[in-house]
Amino acid sequence: MRIPILKLRDYLLISVQVELDDKTALQFQEDVLSKIHEEGSRGVVIDLTSVEMIDSFIAKVLGDVVDMSNLMGAKVVLTGIQPPVAITLIDMGIMLEDVPTALDLEQGLDRLQLELEG
Amino acid sequence: MQVQTHVDINSEWGIVAARQAGRKLAREIGFGSVDQARITTAISELARNIYLYANKGQIYIEEVSNANKRGVKITAIDQGPGIKDVRKVMEDGFTTSGGLGAGLPGVRRLMDDFTIDSEVNNGTTISAIKWLR
Ligand SMILES: Nc1ncnc2c1ncn2[C@@H]1O[C@H](COP(=O)(O)OP(=O)(O)OP(=O)(O)O)[C@@H](O)[C@H]1O
Ligand SMILES: [Mg+2]
Repeated sequence: MRIPILKLRDYLLISVQVELDDKTALQFQEDVLSKIHEEGSRGVVIDLTSVEMIDSFIAKVLGDVVDMSNLMGAKVVLTGIQPPVAITLIDMGIMLEDVPTALDLEQGLDRLQLELEG
Repeated sequence: MQVQTHVDINSEWGIVAARQAGRKLAREIGFGSVDQARITTAISELARNIYLYANKGQIYIEEVSNANKRGVKITAIDQGPGIKDVRKVMEDGFTTSGGLGAGLPGVRRLMDDFTIDSEVNNGTTISAIKWLR
């Protein structure tokens, strides 16, 4: 299973629509990084509206994607985290502290703009 | 009749199958979306620990009830290496695999009742219950 990555000008847009098993999550991590490299992307929005569960492994993969992309010079914003997912993450003690987030894709793009200007 | 189901964990697919089975039962029992997510996440953590540390084992998911409440019980059983220092693995951030070390302490907080039974070289049994409010 592969998660499609769309390109919009300098940005990459990704909407995660599949159940994230471990292999898919790791493949996704790799695909995002190579796409940033290929396209010279400056920003990435990862939309999680359809994701019903984030456990510690998936949280780590997402946090790592953000850090790795930062190292490469691209900013990542996570959007659309659902209330049950946010509550569960906090219960678990997982804060994703330095990760920029926004309510939806549109605000995610605004947030990216800000991050890149600031 | 109360429902009981079990999933063999011996690959990454078992982890996905176990959490889907858990979500289905939690929904049928009447848990709301937040508790469904808590139960599914707890199952995912326990199933992944089996796969990572013991290679294989089982996850049992069942409906439980007592005089005045109903709930869902998850039991994770493996015959793996066991856990030497149970207190240590329940600490936030403790990991031997470069993970977040959030799994076991997380499961304890996500669920209502939590017990862990482990013997070195003999395996680990962890069970956790979430009660319907
Ligand atoms: N079934 C098991 N058998 C043997 N050891 C286990 C088992 N489950 C957990 N452990 C040990 O307990 C430690 C803590 O587990 P926990 O799930 O809390 O964190 P983790 O798996 O290391 O990381 P995370 O779950 O955050 O990805 C593990 O690193 C491992 O050493
Ligand atoms: Mg774990």
